Amino acid sequence: MRRLSWFNTASLTLGFAFLYIPMIILITYSFNAGKLVTVWSGFSTKWYGELFRNEAFLDAAWVTLKVAVMSSSIATVLGTMAAYVMVRAGRFPGRTVFSGMIYAPLVMPEVITGLSLLLLFIAIGLDRGVLTIVLAHTTFSMCFVSVVVSSRLVTFDQSLEEAALDLGCTGFEAFRLVTLPIIMPAVVSGWLLAFTLSLDDLVIASFTSGPSSTTLPIKIFSAVRLGVSPEINALSTIMIGLVTVGVIGASLTSKRSIAKRQKDEQEAIL
Amino acid sequence: MPFSPSEVIMSDTATAPVSVFAPWQDPQAKPLIQFQNVTKRWGDFTAIDDLSIDIYAQEFFALLGPSGCGKTTMMRMLAGFETPTEGKILIDGQDVAHIPPNKRAVNMMFQSYALFPHLSVAENIAFGLKRDKQPKDKIEARVEEMLSLVQLNKFANRKPHQISGGQRQRVALARSLAKAPKLLLLDEPLGALDKKLRQDTQFELMDIQEKTGTTFVIVTHDQEEAMTVASRIAVMDHGKIIQVDTPSKIYEEPKSIYVADFIGDVNLIRGNVTKTSEGHASISWAEGQSELTGIARSEIEAGAVATLAVRPEKLSIYTSRPKDQTNVIKGKVLDIAYLGNMSTYVIETASGETIKAQVANTRRIQRRQITWEEKVWLSFTDTAGVVLNQ
Repeated sequence: MRRLSWFNTASLTLGFAFLYIPMIILITYSFNAGKLVTVWSGFSTKWYGELFRNEAFLDAAWVTLKVAVMSSSIATVLGTMAAYVMVRAGRFPGRTVFSGMIYAPLVMPEVITGLSLLLLFIAIGLDRGVLTIVLAHTTFSMCFVSVVVSSRLVTFDQSLEEAALDLGCTGFEAFRLVTLPIIMPAVVSGWLLAFTLSLDDLVIASFTSGPSSTTLPIKIFSAVRLGVSPEINALSTIMIGLVTVGVIGASLTSKRSIAKRQKDEQEAIL
Repeated sequence: MPFSPSEVIMSDTATAPVSVFAPWQDPQAKPLIQFQNVTKRWGDFTAIDDLSIDIYAQEFFALLGPSGCGKTTMMRMLAGFETPTEGKILIDGQDVAHIPPNKRAVNMMFQSYALFPHLSVAENIAFGLKRDKQPKDKIEARVEEMLSLVQLNKFANRKPHQISGGQRQRVALARSLAKAPKLLLLDEPLGALDKKLRQDTQFELMDIQEKTGTTFVIVTHDQEEAMTVASRIAVMDHGKIIQVDTPSKIYEEPKSIYVADFIGDVNLIRGNVTKTSEGHASISWAEGQSELTGIARSEIEAGAVATLAVRPEKLSIYTSRPKDQTNVIKGKVLDIAYLGNMSTYVIETASGETIKAQVANTRRIQRRQITWEEKVWLSFTDTAGVVLNQ
């Protein structure tokens, strides 16, 4: 292995330190026995126990999960449909405007999106609750799904769909039996993206949530304003753990499937 | 009635006990596919220009032409992916304009094969059968039958990316034949294979076509491929069919310079028609050279400018002036290309024209007598060449 120069070593260390020191501090203090967040007074897991007895946090976690699953699922369906039409419809008058409008929420400040949705819900007299958060999250995460899926569809060989039609499929069957299974990885990563976005959204959720429907980010944010408690450290550590496991798991699976595919192809040549 | 010797032969065989497959000569035969004045336009671009043609059941019909000549558009109209702008397409006497691709008894083998990557070989072949809601055991039996037809039984459970290009091509063929279509369309089916494999596969295709009795329409830009597999060839250019004939007639009796030039190697000798008689015409073409005679259709008239097309292998090469031969050309050897089984001699005449002659190498190379710069005479019989209008 090549040795790194002192400059490279230093910049690598600094970079990683910048990224991970806050998280390491957070994880360390989640195992602190004392109540004070910044003073170490022995190892303990009692805050984890406290956390699981705290109904408010558990409720918020449940609401967050519900919202994330529902909004990302709806966003995936709508985003995939939008991507499909945009890639397949070819040229039609106003195509540029349409595709621009799909992608506009990507760059829209969250505060504006949240505020406009709030105004809409008030105007149509919809009570704020889980439903409104789901709708709001669907709105902004849909465009992310559509970007991911359309980038896959652009390279999709259209003759596959024609072959399906030729073999007796209706248009919808061709999509369900051929196109969808092939673009599935992109659809799944679109769903995961939407899920993550919904999970950690604070701004839009605080505009559109009601008193009975506090999501975890809102809960954490409001709790921290009253002072950081070790319970929140514990909660954050659990979330970091989940995300880490998820990311490592996803990358391992994809690596393994790539390796398998390469092996298969080599076998085919022999 | 234009005269040509092979038509005489054909009408002989029609009465002979051995019947030749030639439904296009039978006025009673009903065509499977009819293009009736079909035109296809995209904006200003005309892909197919007022085209009419009949294709008969069990034919192996080749659409041959350079890229952009409209052959693929014709095929896509048969499959149902495009609709004609004007005119009618009939399959089995039925106008198919409003029948979507999934309702046509027509299947297509795509140039890219379009195998479904997420399904195994067997599932790919079963795909169309499952859409017909056939019973499971029947589907399995048919898939098995198709796998044996293309000799891929061992690979039934592989995915398309786990097999070689030639095997993929056969899976695509099996999949498109599984539903036993009336008509199979093949879009450059062998384009992705290397030359050796392509030749083997051509014979396999013909075999399968004969076994299944399916009508095949093949699109290709490879004239050798069309010559090998087809019962009839339609030579196309700019959205029009220039000539439809059997491979041998296309080769031996091209009706235009375009066809003569597109199919195989040809010497085109331009001159003035001096006389016509009984289906022959003679042209004078260069100072100091004798007149050349070839087969001519009735529209060739004395005095007109015409081109004599003669294939290089029809020419014989001599080191001294041959006696009692009608067509003799004098020149010197400019180039010799040794191709193993044959040699091509390029002869330059005194007036600077080059003419190719091809000689089979029946003798060993060291006994070849003719060398560069040598004075030689070429000759051919008066039925070897065709005199064509400009």
